[in-house]
Amino acid sequence: MAIFKDYNVTPIEHDRAVEDRRRHRQLVEKSIKENLGDILSEESIIGQSKDKKIKIPIRGLKEYEFVFGKNKGGVGSGDGSEKRGQVIGKEKAKGEGKGGNKAGEDEGEDIYETEITLEDALNYLLEDLELPEMDKKKFSEVLTENGIKRAGYQKHGINPRLAKKRTVSEKIKRQQAKNKALSEASEEEEEDENIERVPFKNQDLRYHRVKPALKRESNAVILCVMDVSGSMDTTKKYLARSFFFILSQFIQSKYSNVEVSFIAHTTVAQEVNEVDFFHKVESGGTYISSGLNKALEIIDKRYNPEYWNVYTFYVSDGDNWQEDNEKAIKAAKDICEVSNLFGYAELMNNYYSASMKNVFNKGVTNKNFLSVEIKGKQDLWKSLKYMLKKDQER
Amino acid sequence: MEYTLKDLENWNGKIEGIVKKVGLNSYPQEFEIIGYKDMLAYESYLGMPSRYPHWSFGKSYERNSTVYKYNLSGLPYEMVINSDPCIAYLMKENTLLLQILTIAHVYGHNDFFKNNRLFKAGTRAGYTVEMFKFHAEMVRSFINDPSIGYEKVERILDAAHAIKFQTSRVIGEKRISDEDLKQRLLDDYKNNNEIHSNLDAYVKSEFPEINKIPIEPEEDILYFIIKHGDIEEWEKSLLEIVRQETAYFLPQMETKIMNEGWASFWHYNILKKLDLPDKLYLEFIKRHNDVIAPGYGSINPYFIGFKIFEEILKRYGMNKIFEVRAIERDESFLRKYLTEELCEELNLFEYAANDGNYVVKEVADDNGFKSIRNTLASSCGAGSIPLIRVTEMLKSDKTLILEHVFDGRELNTAYAEATLKYIYELWGHTVTLKTTQGGNEIRIICDDNKIVVKI
Repeated sequence: MAIFKDYNVTPIEHDRAVEDRRRHRQLVEKSIKENLGDILSEESIIGQSKDKKIKIPIRGLKEYEFVFGKNKGGVGSGDGSEKRGQVIGKEKAKGEGKGGNKAGEDEGEDIYETEITLEDALNYLLEDLELPEMDKKKFSEVLTENGIKRAGYQKHGINPRLAKKRTVSEKIKRQQAKNKALSEASEEEEEDENIERVPFKNQDLRYHRVKPALKRESNAVILCVMDVSGSMDTTKKYLARSFFFILSQFIQSKYSNVEVSFIAHTTVAQEVNEVDFFHKVESGGTYISSGLNKALEIIDKRYNPEYWNVYTFYVSDGDNWQEDNEKAIKAAKDICEVSNLFGYAELMNNYYSASMKNVFNKGVTNKNFLSVEIKGKQDLWKSLKYMLKKDQER
Repeated sequence: MEYTLKDLENWNGKIEGIVKKVGLNSYPQEFEIIGYKDMLAYESYLGMPSRYPHWSFGKSYERNSTVYKYNLSGLPYEMVINSDPCIAYLMKENTLLLQILTIAHVYGHNDFFKNNRLFKAGTRAGYTVEMFKFHAEMVRSFINDPSIGYEKVERILDAAHAIKFQTSRVIGEKRISDEDLKQRLLDDYKNNNEIHSNLDAYVKSEFPEINKIPIEPEEDILYFIIKHGDIEEWEKSLLEIVRQETAYFLPQMETKIMNEGWASFWHYNILKKLDLPDKLYLEFIKRHNDVIAPGYGSINPYFIGFKIFEEILKRYGMNKIFEVRAIERDESFLRKYLTEELCEELNLFEYAANDGNYVVKEVADDNGFKSIRNTLASSCGAGSIPLIRVTEMLKSDKTLILEHVFDGRELNTAYAEATLKYIYELWGHTVTLKTTQGGNEIRIICDDNKIVVKI
């Protein structure tokens, strides 16, 4: 006779898979971090809500084995209506065997797609930087009158601020006092026992007292300056976009009030919106100083460095017209004076063209000036790390 | 539960009576009644009460629980392991009928485990649970060893899992020692040279390469690495653990259709004999039909196996089906007993990839059925895994040369490359794989984790 064991007589919450699931999730997270550079470059810089979910294909969590590829056939059950030569479906495996398209593209059923929020993604980024949560105190803060807050009670006020509970308790106090007085009186006289209803009187009314609340706020402005002359092609802009995106996300996570301004320049500069910034191509030469001076002008007009933490990022492919170099260095120095950080990223510079990075590095000695060179997507993450780490150290 | 444990015991008593009467010969049976969460966990660890830790089990759990969440209705949940006594899990969320059906189904599996040749030769049911427990303890001891630790163990297990199915396909194989093998080759050579027919022209046979490693191509890559690799003892132990556990599961892979067919055949016939009340009987018919639903475009082993056993019973009688369950495996089972009529009745068809589409290649008629039968037989069980063999280990620099035995099916190269990296992790020297892609023989060379493909 078979034995029956009932394991639910004393239900103990016991999850034997918990440790292996934890490790699995840990590996998933690791894989997410490794792929973040790719993922985030597709996101739009401003106007993203933190809750937006992004889908991330996970690599490296597959259990690889030798398996058959695309030309395998097979046998299936049908309903008897199949004819030779009838098409019954599409091949799933694609990109198979081609160098660039590594594992992860094919074998549809084993691709893991996980959804994480932008905020999670940023947290992963920060974790990867191995930074402690930034200390807000470091940043200049401004006090703003941000509404009002309640502070105690008063006898006079406007109706909307009537403190009902307090008013009732005032009335009850009065009632109790009256009862006590009456009962003391009745001990002597023992007469009138019935206590009449006690109405509210003006003296019972209490109102909330309010006072203006002060809130510490930290403001930051990000000035994205970019060369949009013909030499900045789509690939470079794509990199620039990723670069700006992650930096701005990082800064946005640290300040309560962040504004972003986009400045596009050729030989002249103008402030544009995000779409134009990344998509419009203008013909013309390159005066870097024009873009930087425009940034200075905007800072001067709208973002007083006493109240604002100014972050200026400049991206170009390193090309500048020779006669402008001096002016550019001067403008860069001025920007360093008013900014928390002035970052310069040189994208995919060819060896034969002039490198503005060298010019800047020679000319601008301010400590808050940082320059990086990004030759391709693979350098992006390294450069960002470098820049953000520096920001942390100051 | 709308029933009590006592109810289950009563039904089990009746079922066991029928089991004895019809001649099923099973191990002592134990049922554990558990909740669905525990069931998910057992499923992830392939039924074992204890198993070594590895993230792939966690991944499996996450996947199972997702599937379960989105697909609550459906097949009865049954889990049974090949052990003596045979352990089966019943999910307490199941209806009474499902429990009765599952109990009967389990006796079918139990009998199959005890009597099928592959299980008798390839596994030791009496030690199953202990073996997995022992392995789990051993792996944990390596993890807790300060000089080894979790990550090093994981690295080896990841790599071992990648090639765990590249193992000997002969279940219960007895290995011949290298010395004996050499002697045999030499004897063959000697015989060939001494004895030849006077009628044939004299052909001088080549002297056998007896100093090659391996002397004959080796299918069992883990075994080869354990024997010839430059790895530490504890690493060898890990590989051996993975190897032994694969050997335990191999008979199940090789008899999936038979095993499920046999169990379905018996739950059906036992329940018919049970005098179920009307309400339960209707549910039984519905559940049974769910279990053996064909599944369009794929192969449902319950369905195919069930139908073939019914057909064998009809043609050859009761004794024959018991004989078949004892000596066959899926491949031989299909080759011998999947007849043209059955192919037609089951509406089987063969498909092939053609220009990015799947196209029906053969249908079950006079011309097509043989091709269908052969394709199904050669692609089930271990036939669904590419055969990769070690052909040589170069003595100069220990390069490992592997060949894919090409049978018309190409390898997925992305997976092959990733798997080669794992072999390289274990082997530590260059690993080369010969295979055929698009009609050309190519070599994939993995060296220092860099992959080069040469035509």
